[in-house]
Amino acid sequence: MTIISADADTRTAAPAAPATPLGAEAATLAPRARLLPAMAAVYRAQMSRAKVARIPLLFVATFQSVGIMIMMRGVVDGGPAARAVVAGSSVLVVAFVALNLLAQYFGQLRASGGLDHYATLPVPPAAVVLGAAGAYASFTVPGTLVTAGIGCALFQLPFANLWILVAVIPLAGAALSGLGAALGLLAPRQELATLAGQLGMSAALLLGVLPAGNLPEPIRYVRDLLPSTYGVEALIRSFDDHPDWLAVTADLSVCAAVGLVSLAAATWAYRRAACR
Amino acid sequence: MSRPGCSVGSVLVSTGTEQGATARTAVVVTVRGLVKSYPAGRGRRGAASPPVRANDGIDLDVRGGEIFGLLGPNGAGKTTLVRQLTGLLRPDAGSVELLGHDIVRHPERAARLVGYLGQESSALDELTVALAAETTGRLRGLDIRAARAERDAVLEELELTALASRPLKRLSGGERRLACFAAALVGERPVLVLDEPTTAMDPVARRAVWAAVDRRRAERGTTVLLVTHNVIEAETVLDRVAVIDEGRVIACDTPAGLKALVADEVRLDLVWRDEPPLDVPGVAALRETARVTGRRWTLRLPQQRARAVVAELTGGPAFTALDDFTLTAPSLEDVYLALGGRRKGLVKA
Repeated sequence: MTIISADADTRTAAPAAPATPLGAEAATLAPRARLLPAMAAVYRAQMSRAKVARIPLLFVATFQSVGIMIMMRGVVDGGPAARAVVAGSSVLVVAFVALNLLAQYFGQLRASGGLDHYATLPVPPAAVVLGAAGAYASFTVPGTLVTAGIGCALFQLPFANLWILVAVIPLAGAALSGLGAALGLLAPRQELATLAGQLGMSAALLLGVLPAGNLPEPIRYVRDLLPSTYGVEALIRSFDDHPDWLAVTADLSVCAAVGLVSLAAATWAYRRAACR
Repeated sequence: MSRPGCSVGSVLVSTGTEQGATARTAVVVTVRGLVKSYPAGRGRRGAASPPVRANDGIDLDVRGGEIFGLLGPNGAGKTTLVRQLTGLLRPDAGSVELLGHDIVRHPERAARLVGYLGQESSALDELTVALAAETTGRLRGLDIRAARAERDAVLEELELTALASRPLKRLSGGERRLACFAAALVGERPVLVLDEPTTAMDPVARRAVWAAVDRRRAERGTTVLLVTHNVIEAETVLDRVAVIDEGRVIACDTPAGLKALVADEVRLDLVWRDEPPLDVPGVAALRETARVTGRRWTLRLPQQRARAVVAELTGGPAFTALDDFTLTAPSLEDVYLALGGRRKGLVKA
């Protein structure tokens, strides 16, 4: 129909060549946003969202965990089961926010076309994923601390080694938020992202709070597959009189490794979702 | 005028304007043979649908410093076109060149050349106006000081300073749109792609948008590609306009040049009080050619004929049944219809 060739590969030979054909000097590109400043900007923007949208949900996350501990207080008297309940409930806060809410956030952002905003800015995909994941992991800090504190008081567990939360929250947070972001970005529909997030949180609840010794063999394998388990285990070990710090380090290393892999997967998923 | 304009059918339409000096003559955006289809059963929003050829062989040239419009009803393929220009969608066939860069091969370069305002604001909705602008600037590669300085300047320019600390989701639709426009301006780019920027805006906000666009064009030679389905906006702000229908460019020229296509016609709107008096032979004859919307009949007629019809209606028995009538010069909507545009949905506001 047109007098201009539609063949993309013969542009320079097209009868009506554009005024700036390929090969002519191309315009200078504006600089890219660098990884760390861009990540900081995304992180800061996400943190500010907490004021508007997240605080009620953070309360829910904390109340859920505290409620579970109070409920379990009736059936658990102390010993290993009490440690499992407190550690599991504390890490559950991380699972609720970092896995469930982040999966929902990315699912909703993708479904509504919000990813276009980031995709039309010269920002490294990792900056968007890491900034958001970091912010969601940060949202969990107050709830996890409060839950662990109340749990120790409720079940007379030692407070001395709770400092380990300084490592547990970021590493379990990295693993779970990476998983949440990947689920949210990979799910073909928003509802599936929400469902995956909810299921992941339910798994973290059931398999984290219930003492591992009482679980059937196949369920124990599933428990071993869940990254939150290693955060729970690390916290359980820290309640010992003489904690096996090597084992704690090993547990946290698993969290770190899963975090690395899942955040890389989430970055890949973001790139795939944003640039079609 | 031998420069390529936009090819329409088998003709190359020349542009008609000579505004702007040499700086405005270089072609900034070149699109050739662009084709994009959405597969059957999976629309853009995941809804079941038959296969759609959203862009069906589009050719365009946009020159530097130009405000170039894509006009068409909803579903014409305008947004699909700009999503390919901004690297968000990969075309099935064809080429897109932006300031000498091949965007089909290097879609990521578009973000470093174009400031884009899409139709969705969900990424910014929960941020305050100030933070939305500042964050967007930082993600465009500005350092924190530059981002804040530009943020303040743009909010001031668009008179958004009073709303700076309000989250976007608590603003009215027009205010939110203006805030997103502000974010699109932070971090200067030589090309702005604006997808229906003034939707839901009041006249004051619209003026602020066009003043900001004009200022950037005058001071920095910014090129603007504007998507719109608003006929009045297209006639008043655009240098040139491509009329898009069902994925094809059906016309491309200055608004005045396009209206010259239907210059010998006028538009006659008749509004009846109740039922039109079809027993009057003249009225019954008009019914054949009128576009009927409720009690309103819209006719496009040659000037002489329109005058005769008005004289006949106002002087005859049909006059008592007539509530109102208007004779107007043709608009771009009439051009769209005259060129065979079939969809409804162009807006005059």
